[in-house]
Amino acid sequence: MEHPNLKYIRGKKLPHMFCQGCGCGEILNTLLFAIDELKLDMTKMVAIGGVGCSSRIPAYLDMYAIHGIHGRNLAYATGVKLAKPELKVIVLTGDGDCGAIGGNHLIHAARRNLDVTVIMDNNGSYAMTGGQLAPTTATGLYTTTTPRGNIERPFDLCKLVETAGGTYVARWTTAHPAALIRAIKQGLTHRGFAFIEVVSQCPTIFGHYALGISDPVKNLEYLKTNSITKEQAEKLSPEQLEGKIVVGKFVEKNLPTLDDAYREMEHKATGV
Amino acid sequence: MLGNYAVAEGAIAAGCRFFAGYPITPANEISERMAQRMPEVGGRFIQMEDELGSIFAVCGASLAGKKAISATASAGYNYMQEGIEYAVAAEIPIVIVDVMRQRGENFPTQSDVMQARYGAAGDHEMIVLTPSSVQELFDLTVEAFNLAERFRNPVIVLSEATISLMREGVKIPTPEELRVVNRKKPIVPPSEFMPFKGEDDLVPRMSEFGDEYKVLYTHNPHDEWGRIAWTPKLYEDLYNRITQKIANKADEIALTDTLFTEDAEILLIAYGSESRGCIEAVRKARAMGIRAGLLKLKNIWPVPAKAMTDAARSSKKILVPEMNTGRYFHVVKEVLGCAAEVISIPKNQGRIHSPDEILQEIRRVI
Repeated sequence: MEHPNLKYIRGKKLPHMFCQGCGCGEILNTLLFAIDELKLDMTKMVAIGGVGCSSRIPAYLDMYAIHGIHGRNLAYATGVKLAKPELKVIVLTGDGDCGAIGGNHLIHAARRNLDVTVIMDNNGSYAMTGGQLAPTTATGLYTTTTPRGNIERPFDLCKLVETAGGTYVARWTTAHPAALIRAIKQGLTHRGFAFIEVVSQCPTIFGHYALGISDPVKNLEYLKTNSITKEQAEKLSPEQLEGKIVVGKFVEKNLPTLDDAYREMEHKATGV
Repeated sequence: MLGNYAVAEGAIAAGCRFFAGYPITPANEISERMAQRMPEVGGRFIQMEDELGSIFAVCGASLAGKKAISATASAGYNYMQEGIEYAVAAEIPIVIVDVMRQRGENFPTQSDVMQARYGAAGDHEMIVLTPSSVQELFDLTVEAFNLAERFRNPVIVLSEATISLMREGVKIPTPEELRVVNRKKPIVPPSEFMPFKGEDDLVPRMSEFGDEYKVLYTHNPHDEWGRIAWTPKLYEDLYNRITQKIANKADEIALTDTLFTEDAEILLIAYGSESRGCIEAVRKARAMGIRAGLLKLKNIWPVPAKAMTDAARSSKKILVPEMNTGRYFHVVKEVLGCAAEVISIPKNQGRIHSPDEILQEIRRVI
């Protein structure tokens, strides 16, 4: 008997390339649950990734997919959505892919309220290339390119997307699978720019070297014990929030999408 | 019509319904015209946050079934190499206009002729068209789309600051007169469709987002089913096919005009705006009894080698005037260097050679 969600995997081919205990497998799994529960038509969807571990997820999905160039996922998505607005576009990306090299596209896709769902795997480092500093790496941590500790401050990408104009913004971790499935379902049904950050574990590189935790289960426990809800966080001082992962839904509102605005302009210009 | 407008109108005539771009002089009038025209013809226009955004939006739109174009100038064209590399590897038909300009300034130049061919990383062939007038900007933009759709490869319209901002009369063909090529669609069901298996012409058929074929596009090595796979032989076969589909058809792609080449002892080989002064120079030389001729190249890549050897049959000396430090001269020398003396005539002052300057060079080498 095969897994009920195996039908959503391209060619039903497993295993995937992710390391044992990697958060990417969980993101893939939760996404499949969300697709299944929403009964989405896979032929009307496109998955887009850039480069990095999480950006390989689209290659496993049994739908049209772009395994693209590093950071450019939202640029491809802009072209796809303008050309065929009826398609549902999922962008699977990482903190380096969309927070560093693709940061500009992230800002402007959010500003335009492009109707896509972005699932960003934040594992705190560049895992595929060997664990270098990422824009999300906590201050003081040791990585292969911060041998004396990270002197920079980490980037809160949910705040960035909220400020830039994203209309659905949430953060969960791989230790909250039920909440994550719920958030992905909300993101997939939201009209507009939906951004879901998934704080995730990398037992092989980041967990092992930067956090000193190699066991996947202990990595998940680390994520769970360090997470607090948005409501709990509101009662804490900045000092008390240090090192905490604030989870929950930060933004949910309805505004015209880029396509809505374009159609309105087109209608005024041509009467059609 | 303004040269840049002719590009926009040529694109629309060819069936283009998507434009993404970023402001840059001297290409701005292309995006301004497209911003006006796209909503009128049911197309989509977007000004992206940078040239990287533009080229990848164009890739996305093409994968979704739209004929798509971006326009930029040299400095912006640098950024686009990343997307051109991807479009080569994933075999996405797109058209890019590079209005060549000098570094940091908007003076005319032809200095991107090598970047247009070799700028992108990885093994690739490139189709590069070199218009010399406003009419050719229109005609060759149509041709660029036809070639992109036929070969599933990026095609570059290598425009110049000279002609892009020039106004000349343009004869716009009727839809019946126009030859428009569209990409080949799959003819087998999804279970049998091999999206990266070349047909006899080495070009695979192409589905589009929203149909049932669910293809994976990647620039990683991939097999004929589109599965990411790595074996040395598979990689070699993939890029042999991707390059040979164009290289094998170089003579068929060749777009050239000839003037008095049948008996030319001295042959001018020129492309783009530089060919304009050559026409009058050749006529003046003929009037003086000098057997001069001109081979005008309307595409410089893939190298129209047969057209060059045909035109140079009776030539002892080949002159290559260019508005740069003498770049394409090396290509001509590689093709004709054994049969004739090939001489570079560079002028790099932001203006083309006048007919008299060319004539002077012809008389110098007699």
